[in-house]
Amino acid sequence: MLATAIIVFREVLEAALVVSIVLAAAKGVAGRGRWVGFGVVLGVAGACLVAAFAGSIAGAVQGRGQELLNAGILLTAVVMLGWHNVWMSRHGRELAREMKAVGHDVAMGERPLSVLMVVVMMAVLREGAEVVLFGYGIYAAGTGRDAMLSGGLAGLGLGVAAGALLYKGLLRIPTRHLFAVTGWMVLLLAAGMAADAAGLLTQAGFLPAIQDGVWNSSWLLTEQSLTGRLLHILVGYTQRPSALQLLFYAVTLAVIGGLMALVNRGGARPQPRTETPDAR
Amino acid sequence: MTFQRKLGAWSILASVLGVVPAWAAGPQTTFDLVLRGQAFTPQTLTVPAGQTLTLMVDNRDALPAEFESGDLGREKVIPGGTRLPVVVGPLKPGRYDFFNDFHPASTGALIAVPPKP
Repeated sequence: MLATAIIVFREVLEAALVVSIVLAAAKGVAGRGRWVGFGVVLGVAGACLVAAFAGSIAGAVQGRGQELLNAGILLTAVVMLGWHNVWMSRHGRELAREMKAVGHDVAMGERPLSVLMVVVMMAVLREGAEVVLFGYGIYAAGTGRDAMLSGGLAGLGLGVAAGALLYKGLLRIPTRHLFAVTGWMVLLLAAGMAADAAGLLTQAGFLPAIQDGVWNSSWLLTEQSLTGRLLHILVGYTQRPSALQLLFYAVTLAVIGGLMALVNRGGARPQPRTETPDAR
Repeated sequence: MTFQRKLGAWSILASVLGVVPAWAAGPQTTFDLVLRGQAFTPQTLTVPAGQTLTLMVDNRDALPAEFESGDLGREKVIPGGTRLPVVVGPLKPGRYDFFNDFHPASTGALIAVPPKP
């Protein structure tokens, strides 16, 4: 039971942390709970679907379908997270100001929320599919069903609790700083996901590692440890990254960070909403 | 400034994509790794260092497995009764541990040795 709990916890943890960061990043936006909830439900449904077709997916594209699907999921999430951050660097200040002024959630339109819904859905789908597959395997084998179920529920509960803890922690940050913090977290999350996608594309033989194992910091911290796992999820820590992964990481940071700076410079002028039409 | 940085990044990416066809066409050695009764066979697999390899992970159990290795930076679900490729390397000489993440007691290792001249 304990073994099952640990396995399920590790898979749930990643999705739970992503959901909590996304929820905190959308603080003060009316309707965020509903959209994130949709994302979780769609993700769970998608996970069951992917698990049900795991055999055909794994066998597709000469046994490389799984990597293609997961890399696609990760890169979609990277684009969505980047889009969110760029949007927030334009509107975040305004949003925080309005929240303070009206003292309750502000309607910001549904576009940014649908983007976050997709991120949540992708995170839940990817990790959930492994949980479903693992659990169903034991269920189908017929032995240890009860232990699997109780262990699975314990792992699920622990993972969700960890996400709730991070969320509570983030909400203690004053609103005027919160979006700066979640902006950085989302940026690093996206870069880590891009590096993961690069690793999968190399694993499938689609892209070269350029150099396999640029360094090996497993003596310091392994990805199997809880700290290593947490850092892997939050900032993309990899004990033995390839040059391609480092490249994907750096490019993601540079592109999203660059666009954020570009948009922020445009939006940071005093009173952006009373701007006179461009004199050009 | 930002635009230039982006441009630089894209040109690096483009040059990377340029080497893909040449790289993909290169020879690849295949090694079999069988998972049966929740154990890897062979438990230690000796492979040549310095070249890209394909491990064919053959899960002959009914239970799904997840081939995982922090040392190799690899993670792949192998459903029961399927045989799937995992591309690794080129490795430096040394030991690379792997395990079944769905059954962490099942472990094994790749030993990468310099190829004989």
